[in-house]
Amino acid sequence: MPFTDTVMFEEQLGEINAILTRLRSDSSARGAFLIDRNGQQIASTGEDLDAIDSTALASLTAGNVASTDAIAKLIGEREFLALVHEGDKDSLHISMVNDRIILLVLFDERSSLGLVRLRVRKAAADLVEVFQSIDRRQSERPQGAGASPFAEITDDDIDSLFA
Amino acid sequence: MTFINYASREINCKIVYYGPGLCGKTTNLQWIYDKVNPNAKGKLISLATETERTLFFDFLPLELGTIRGFKTRFHLYTVPGQVFYDASRKLILKGADGVIFVADSQLARMDANVESLRNLSDNLKLQALDLRTIPYVLQLNKRDMPDAVPVDRMLKRLRVRNEDYFEAVAPKGIGVFETLKAAARQVLVGLKKAS
Repeated sequence: MPFTDTVMFEEQLGEINAILTRLRSDSSARGAFLIDRNGQQIASTGEDLDAIDSTALASLTAGNVASTDAIAKLIGEREFLALVHEGDKDSLHISMVNDRIILLVLFDERSSLGLVRLRVRKAAADLVEVFQSIDRRQSERPQGAGASPFAEITDDDIDSLFA
Repeated sequence: MTFINYASREINCKIVYYGPGLCGKTTNLQWIYDKVNPNAKGKLISLATETERTLFFDFLPLELGTIRGFKTRFHLYTVPGQVFYDASRKLILKGADGVIFVADSQLARMDANVESLRNLSDNLKLQALDLRTIPYVLQLNKRDMPDAVPVDRMLKRLRVRNEDYFEAVAPKGIGVFETLKAAARQVLVGLKKAS
């Protein structure tokens, strides 16, 4: 494949969940979501989030970030570091952790934009470290047969998906 | 860019439907949405204008089942086909694992097909992707139209690398799943090769 896949391991997902949980608690937010720039949700935490379609949220957030990034370039900015959407009750704070990962915080009147912004800064720095460790682990992963569960995929496996 | 989650044992892949305006990209997604088991799909999101032309993208998450213990999810996207939405098309192609080109079989749309295919090739290059190597399937849609161009003539103009092609009538579902399956297969075989 001519491009690099993103991978997530159990240990790092535990660290990410801990960071998101702390962020949500410290900022009194309703929820926190980590999304990759292609629109896949990586992790989430929060209360009463069942009514939210998190798959659609991830895809639309990535689309939103992609389009505002393109707008930034049109006006000569490299990117917008954060986006805020203010609603009557609930608001969103969207920021870039690194060039691949988006952090979204959902908050209401129990919190404030200033508090969310402050806590996001610390959480983003912690998340950068976790993703650096994922990259290191991925590059150290042994190559060759047996290294990945996908090396053994057969035509029958693929056919069974559409049976 | 495939997302492999070893923690939750999931693989997420992105397939993009490309093609000229009104060729039937959204209709492909609509058919898949209507026919797939409700447990296997999410909501179909359409960012469209008031006249139902795609403005930014359509999005359909699809869970196909388990492969080697990993839940296999495909995120299907369409691009807006109209020429002036090129900036949006570039964004949606980012991170694509595979592309389906939906060609309109009507004689009057042949030039639009060729232009859109060229546009696809150019936009893939911007992502350092190559139409000749990326998982790619050609769908010849609207085969039921009275002025449909013969298949061999369409292939002569639109086929880029001996890729799989499927004749389709998307509103009736003809060729829709066959096309998706061929693209999904190529993406998964790509994962195998990359292992």
